[in-house]
Amino acid sequence: MTEPLIQLQGITKTFGEGPTAFQALKGVDLAIDAGAFLAVMGASGSGKSTTMNILGCLDVPSGGSYRFRGVHVEQLDRDQRAYLRRRYLGFVFQGFNLLARTTALENVELPLLYRGEHRKARREAAMAALEQVGLDRWADHTPAELSGGQQQRVAIARAIVTQPDVLLADEPTGNLDSERSVEIMKLLQRLNAELGITVLMVTHEPDMAAFAKTIVHFKDGLVERTEIPAGMGA
Amino acid sequence: MLFTTLLLSLREIRRHLLRSFLTTLGIIIGVAAVITMVTLGNGVSASVQASISSLGNNTLTVFPSGGRRGGGNAPPQFENGDIQAIRQQVSGVSAVAPQASASALAVRNAQNWNASVTGTSNDYFDAQNLEFAGGRRFTDAEQSAGKSVCVIGDTIRANLFANEDPVGERFRLGTVSCEVVGVLKKRDNAGFSDPNSTVVLPLKTVQRRFVGNQNVLAIQVAVAKGYDTATVKQSLTGLLRERRHIAPGQPDNFDIFDSAEFASTVQNQMAQMTTFVAAIAAVSLLVGGIGIMNIMLVSVTERTREIGIRLAIGALGKEVLLQFLVEAIALSCLGGLVGVVLAFFASWGFASYAKLPFTFDLSINLISFGISALIGIVFGFFPARRAAALNPIDALRHE
Repeated sequence: MTEPLIQLQGITKTFGEGPTAFQALKGVDLAIDAGAFLAVMGASGSGKSTTMNILGCLDVPSGGSYRFRGVHVEQLDRDQRAYLRRRYLGFVFQGFNLLARTTALENVELPLLYRGEHRKARREAAMAALEQVGLDRWADHTPAELSGGQQQRVAIARAIVTQPDVLLADEPTGNLDSERSVEIMKLLQRLNAELGITVLMVTHEPDMAAFAKTIVHFKDGLVERTEIPAGMGA
Repeated sequence: MLFTTLLLSLREIRRHLLRSFLTTLGIIIGVAAVITMVTLGNGVSASVQASISSLGNNTLTVFPSGGRRGGGNAPPQFENGDIQAIRQQVSGVSAVAPQASASALAVRNAQNWNASVTGTSNDYFDAQNLEFAGGRRFTDAEQSAGKSVCVIGDTIRANLFANEDPVGERFRLGTVSCEVVGVLKKRDNAGFSDPNSTVVLPLKTVQRRFVGNQNVLAIQVAVAKGYDTATVKQSLTGLLRERRHIAPGQPDNFDIFDSAEFASTVQNQMAQMTTFVAAIAAVSLLVGGIGIMNIMLVSVTERTREIGIRLAIGALGKEVLLQFLVEAIALSCLGGLVGVVLAFFASWGFASYAKLPFTFDLSINLISFGISALIGIVFGFFPARRAAALNPIDALRHE
């Protein structure tokens, strides 16, 4: 059997020190294969967001091992983790997190800028990504001129423009109405199916989790159970 | 990457135009003040230098001392014999010009002009580097007879003769009617005694007909090329002490005014003045730098979330550092540039108002601009490092 894309073993995370220390993760074990579409659910404080931050290399675990494509992430330094994010990961946040007063196209180009791509290549790749999310005609608009759903689609375009292995989405529909939410979920589903991007998504809405191939439930800093949904979104 | 960063920084500065301007105001004022002061200082020095060299390069002028000390008798004036003695006994002297001075109203037809009257010998023209526009010097006969012949400066010529050729004409100087034998060229940077409005006559004529005694008010001695001024001054002092019967240990009863020494004294004072004002301006630069640091710190806090986004999508800490550093440098360099332009117009305006020569001093412009860039680096570094050290997840959560 080949090694999974992502393997977490006994991951712990403690915030603070001494008597006020809080253990958010108490030994999480999780294996994710390439091509998965995983929804992470759980009550607030269950450790789902902390796990996502560790998976996204935005935060480091206090203990345990995290292997990404066989590499021990917990042993990488700050810059190496940045390179890993730059090369393999894409992020979508609840609050969209686009740069204000910057056009959709420029926002999507940003990750390529840090990769040192040339202007023409950047432009083409960014336009292609915007086309993927159906916003190629809105390329010159700033976030203030776009609706919430459109902003989130720009954020998704920014996340996939580097052709990442993994797309991490932290409550991507949290700020959207149900109609826009379904649009975003269908988009993620399509990216997962057509481009083979592994999608990891945190959500607390069962309707949205139902679009995933697998649902992982978190409780009190541990994985409670894993569930295969009935496929209502498919 | 660097070019893109620069573009991003300029965009950020343009976005907050007023704030950027206020931030750089300290730098602008500092740079403009330093450059303007140094440029004007150079102008004053050049002007003083020009006036002094108009006296003739390296001249020593000997005056009797004031004689006020101790209420004793006034020290004796120089005599005609002193001139001869200096010429014969002091080596390294190219011209020795006695001077007797008066002032008188020059009148011709309806025109008149208040002129200085100088009685001297032909050596005066050499010592002062005066050139003739027309006519000639005095003849020996004119000098020994004390004839009423004169050489006039350009201002006198212009006021009394307009477009006529004055050589051979006569005009009335005080009570004396005198004949013009020569005309001097116009002298720029006239300095202390303006040769343009001076009427020069033989010494004997002035002594006899204007001041009524045999006194020589001052002796101007030109040092010959290749001779050391200090050595000449020393032997001149020795000779005069002997002729004026001053016992060893007694103070001189005459003063020797050294034009080169005076020039360097004035220039030293100007340099001190310039340094002093430049130091004050440097404080303004420092304050300006602190202003930039302050604004950059505010900007880092304000844009924490943006930094988080950049870090999340794979920016390295040093790339974020570079961005903020470039922004600070661009800000201070823009301030420096505005300061340089402002200083150019300010010093040009002041110089033409005060009739000083305006010289563009490239080095002070480069130095000031360099300092403003350096301020950007120094004061931009700490806020930039703070931005780069942020934990991506904390930066993203920042509200």
